[in-house]
Amino acid sequence: MNDKILEVKALQKHFSLERNQTLKAVNGISFDVKKGETFGLVGESGCGKSTAGRTIMGLYNRSGGEVLFKGQDVHKKTDKERHQFLRQMQMIFQDPYASLNPRSTVYEIIAEPLLVHEIYQSKKELSAKIYELLESVGLNRDHANRYPHEFSGGQRQRIGIARALALDPEFIICDEPISALDVSVQASVVKLLQRLQKEKGFTYLFIAHDLSMVKYISSRIAVMYLGKIVELTTSEQLYHNPLHPYTQALLSAIPIPDPDIEESRRRIILEGELPSPIDPPTGCVFHTRCAHACEACVTVEPTWREQEGEHFVACHLMDDSIEMGKPLRVQQEV
Amino acid sequence: MTQAQQHEHVAAREKVLEVHNLHVTFKTFGGEVKAVRGVSFDLYKGETLAIVGESGCGKSVTSNAIMGLIPQPPGRIENGQIVYNGKDLSKMPKKALRKIQGMDISMIFQDPMTALNPTLTIGEQLTEGIRTHHGLSKDEAKKRAIEMLNLVGIPNPEERLKQYAHQFSGGMRQRIVIAIALICEPDVLIADEPTTALDVTIQAQILELFASIQERMGISIILITHDLGVVAKIADRIAVMYAGQIIEIGTKRDIFYRNTHPYTRGLLNSVPRLDLLEEELKPIDGTPPDLFDPPVGCGFAARCPFAMDVCEHVEPPATYITEEHRSYCWQQDERAKGLFANY
Repeated sequence: MNDKILEVKALQKHFSLERNQTLKAVNGISFDVKKGETFGLVGESGCGKSTAGRTIMGLYNRSGGEVLFKGQDVHKKTDKERHQFLRQMQMIFQDPYASLNPRSTVYEIIAEPLLVHEIYQSKKELSAKIYELLESVGLNRDHANRYPHEFSGGQRQRIGIARALALDPEFIICDEPISALDVSVQASVVKLLQRLQKEKGFTYLFIAHDLSMVKYISSRIAVMYLGKIVELTTSEQLYHNPLHPYTQALLSAIPIPDPDIEESRRRIILEGELPSPIDPPTGCVFHTRCAHACEACVTVEPTWREQEGEHFVACHLMDDSIEMGKPLRVQQEV
Repeated sequence: MTQAQQHEHVAAREKVLEVHNLHVTFKTFGGEVKAVRGVSFDLYKGETLAIVGESGCGKSVTSNAIMGLIPQPPGRIENGQIVYNGKDLSKMPKKALRKIQGMDISMIFQDPMTALNPTLTIGEQLTEGIRTHHGLSKDEAKKRAIEMLNLVGIPNPEERLKQYAHQFSGGMRQRIVIAIALICEPDVLIADEPTTALDVTIQAQILELFASIQERMGISIILITHDLGVVAKIADRIAVMYAGQIIEIGTKRDIFYRNTHPYTRGLLNSVPRLDLLEEELKPIDGTPPDLFDPPVGCGFAARCPFAMDVCEHVEPPATYITEEHRSYCWQQDERAKGLFANY
């Protein structure tokens, strides 16, 4: 039995820039998403996580590798097949202010996918479905005739969610769905997503930079850095036993809202900033900031290997066949 | 430290800035927005006071009022005093104010991308303030600028002075903005969401920088933020704002461990923690009140799970739990004690 709903294999997405430069936004990532789970994709800005989401959805053409949704290649579909496919995979966007048409009423916004796919024959059925969707995301039918500007950020995100649910998809890509919202509202939107998953068995690909929230909602997490996945494991393992030095630094940089814990924590301060994806470092992409980096990291790209059950990492430290030389620099801790 | 010593410690601290009963309103087409409704706090020398709250709670308006950045009209400081060095800033003539703002009190903003002028070199922007306020010569100002860039950790400062904002990354730009704010050696630094636009690893670098600067220069910092993790790390005291008012203020540990206001608790329960597994998030139901027509009673009453009749009709008075920890909630009233014993 195959319980994988999505398989991403060595996916690449490169953008051509002027002067023959290429920006390697996504540079060979592989992972599977199992049916019914929430898979988190985290990383800092510019790591390629949103591009990955959009390429998986088919909004961008791939540059290499493949994306299989239920065994079928997303990028090889004919227009007609694609149209059908979109009934199964939908997306929720980051900015609830920009992703809703300001000149359409909420009714029109939610009706659009239903009309495009010609699902309901009568207007009565259509309206009933729209009211049902509004109620399922915690709004009510009185909201249907209003315009997006009349709603708060959290309510707008609920409208975006209702639109994504309209076609009863199986798989939803959530691209930073809560980062534009206030903290107390974030919690309620996340709770809504969880409740809907329980009720309807959705599978989520949850893309975000906020590792605390991703850990809360996801069963497994992949950490991206500069177009590559550096570590992939269950959210529990990721917090308790991070293997990649970047994951370790990322975890230690996230402040915990508890003064006693926060003041006694050891923090790894990463030097420098993210290198340019136009000209990524040779060998391991993280070697320019890594405290453990040695000669081998500059020249040889680490292989993607399973460390223990379901815990994958790409780092020479975990690879016994690589001779680790003298570190290039000293780790800074505070 | 015994209780008595602690009291002495409090009394001995020097107040740098006092805000009393500040009211700020804005006239709009839809009516008058009462953005800040009676905010009072003191800022002590060398401390970091965090003002936390969600969007629209009035935390930025409060800090802009201190900095004299409320556009008047449409804004208006209806009432209240902002006392710095014995002088009320809210009633000072503009010209005298200019001497204090930017020199003694300075500010950094959320977005380092837009806070810098794209058409001026970093050097020009760094030296502008100190040449205006201190009348330094070009060479002296440049020397000072290089010192500042060194202090905030920008390598090759001499070369970098000639560059423009777009030649720096986000984290570097925020360091420059901090250098500009600190070059006149202010007593008070207001930081409005200084790390919100930055990635966490860069945020960690900037927070370290704040700590080292405060240690070296002894400045007082007002930190405006919504990130409770950042607050847990660098604040000494915390003021929680809701609907234009401070609803609870106290030391960091008062607010995190001994909080008394249902909103403070709600806020803390609604953020996930990296270090806990299987925790449950408890969102706060409802939305903040409309500040065109703020509620007569407690601003939080409509969302509060413990709201009583009195909450809707009468604004809760300040209750001093300790000398430093005060809360605005009817639950703290003698007559309500015992009612909530089961919660």
